[in-house]
Amino acid sequence: MDMYMFYFILQRTMFFTIPLLIVALGGLFSEKSGIVNIALEGKMVLGAFTGVMFMRTIQGSENFLANNPTALLLVTLVVAAATGVGTSLLHAFASINLKANQIISGVAINMFAPAFAVFYSIYSTGNQNVFFFNQFMIDSVPGLGRIPFIGPILFQGAYITTYLGFVILVISVIVLYKTKFGLRLRACGEHPHAADSVGVSVIKMRYAGVLISGGLAGMGGLIWAIPSSLFAGAVNGYGFLALAVLIFGAWKPQRILIAALFFGFMQTIAATHTAINILPNAIPAQFYRMLPFIATLIILAFTSKNTMAPKALGQPYDKGGR
Amino acid sequence: MNRDGLLSFLSSVLVIIIGLLIGFIVLLATNAQQAWPAFQTILTFGMRSMRNIGDVLLHATPIILTGLSVAFAFKTGLFNIGASGQFMFGGFVAIVISIHGVSMPPAVRIPVAIIAAALAGALWAGLPGLLKAYRNVHEVISSIMTNYIAMFFIVYMIQSNESIFNRGLSTSAHLPESSNLPRLFFPDIFRDALGAGFVSSRVNIGIIIAIVVAVLVYIILEKTTFGYELKACGFNPDAAMYAGINQKRNIIFSMMISGSLAGIAGALNFMRGGGVGIGIIEVLPVEGFTGISVAFLGLNHPIGIIFSGIFISYMQLGGGRLSTYGFSSELVETVIAVIIYFCAFVFITKSLIGRFIKKKERGI
Repeated sequence: MDMYMFYFILQRTMFFTIPLLIVALGGLFSEKSGIVNIALEGKMVLGAFTGVMFMRTIQGSENFLANNPTALLLVTLVVAAATGVGTSLLHAFASINLKANQIISGVAINMFAPAFAVFYSIYSTGNQNVFFFNQFMIDSVPGLGRIPFIGPILFQGAYITTYLGFVILVISVIVLYKTKFGLRLRACGEHPHAADSVGVSVIKMRYAGVLISGGLAGMGGLIWAIPSSLFAGAVNGYGFLALAVLIFGAWKPQRILIAALFFGFMQTIAATHTAINILPNAIPAQFYRMLPFIATLIILAFTSKNTMAPKALGQPYDKGGR
Repeated sequence: MNRDGLLSFLSSVLVIIIGLLIGFIVLLATNAQQAWPAFQTILTFGMRSMRNIGDVLLHATPIILTGLSVAFAFKTGLFNIGASGQFMFGGFVAIVISIHGVSMPPAVRIPVAIIAAALAGALWAGLPGLLKAYRNVHEVISSIMTNYIAMFFIVYMIQSNESIFNRGLSTSAHLPESSNLPRLFFPDIFRDALGAGFVSSRVNIGIIIAIVVAVLVYIILEKTTFGYELKACGFNPDAAMYAGINQKRNIIFSMMISGSLAGIAGALNFMRGGGVGIGIIEVLPVEGFTGISVAFLGLNHPIGIIFSGIFISYMQLGGGRLSTYGFSSELVETVIAVIIYFCAFVFITKSLIGRFIKKKERGI
């Protein structure tokens, strides 16, 4: 295997890792506040869908954004995040205000998102596959791209979203572990009654957790779709994979990064293994695709007796309960 | 019908009406002129001919069973979101036996395929059951993992075995005609005149099996000590343990029974003939998730599920005709999603209707 191939694989790995990282961090905010979020998949789909629709519209017109790819990408990310937040309101309302089963409303969102995206795509473009012009790849970041080893991996053939992913990781660590807000949020997931007793509004905190989670999931969905230049109304299970990343990462941001890198690498190997001549061809792509799920299952089996999951995860908060 | 049953029924109807209304609004917003005829199609297409009625029953068969699978687990305090994977495993095993077991006469082969599918579903669901019982792993999380593992494994198995792979269509191979489920006298009833002859629905014995299984599930849950123990574990695990019920064993049993129902769903789905097979696509079969809406719309009652399964199948059949009006069939899936969403708080709806009725009775 030559160096070109090596760098190519690692660049590809980032295309999978970054959306997984961002969406898993989204899941982290929701779960730290005590709300199970199996709707990450659906929120990714809707974020990618509105983002891609918006991008197409802009790219087909003549204006400032159409001529500035970086600005367009950033604005589109905001659109995708806003969609995720909007969708999350439904999830939050059902699971926080109405104390409904958090899993059922998640299932509903996961089912609604791809169906609606495909319905609207066919209606507006006549095709389930919605194409857009991928003009966002940075060939080489001036200066940084020439650093040996790190340059080709992180600063060549990359998207600005790669750096955004790391920025979000750092911000998440700071917000969750260094701010009053983060402490309160975590308290609501561990022991909501204790949080309530010292004047923290569990409802507000949980809303914050679920909405942040939706924003990140929506953004992650768009970031996932960008390298392929088309969106077909689905994110192929990456939302569930992000949930696995969250569990594999033991609900800790730094470990989530490692899990996202491992899972992203496996996805890359699955997509490119026939081109990598040092890997035995007898191992099918599906093996690499299922490996992260098997690994997560094994991790769950060995760690769940003393699980790292927030203690009040999945339980609706009832002021009068004990 | 007692008061609680009536309330349950009313809340289901209300949820359906909300779902349909939202669907209609979406239709209006996309193309107002075609919205009404399209909506009418969803509402009436399923009963426009005998063949359509047959097709409704045909497509209701697998989702009644996945619905029963989800409901059985739910009644015993478990959420089986893994029905998709168990469905695929059941279907896969049934396909393999149907193709490789041709030395068996059909009267033996077909039951063997269905029973093997049930076992496959049971074993695959037993894994999350074991993890829940002995390792305290939440069954929803482990089922999500087992769903994807099953999907990748089965896609690989089909793709790498020429005997069960149809390369041209990129699906599992067609079953021999003799392995298809018997259609009894149904073709003579559920048929439409076409030219000089008739064209019949493929509805088969599967729908009868599904109804019998629903009744069996009802009997197990409501009329046996075993079912009572399973429900007790779900209703109050601590009390059940105090009463000497073996909780670990019951969790595993619940999951396995639930999985066997999804496995049978897979067998009946892929043994209906007409070229249906497991596709070489990395998408989980939708029947598992539709089962969740069937279960909740049927208020997790086995008999209610027969009706909710038929209803959802009915809407899906009508939805399949929406392309005539320039809409895509996914609209019906969004309507079903809205219905599930409202099912999430159907118990609140129930208490609201209950309060409303009480107010009326008091004359306020």
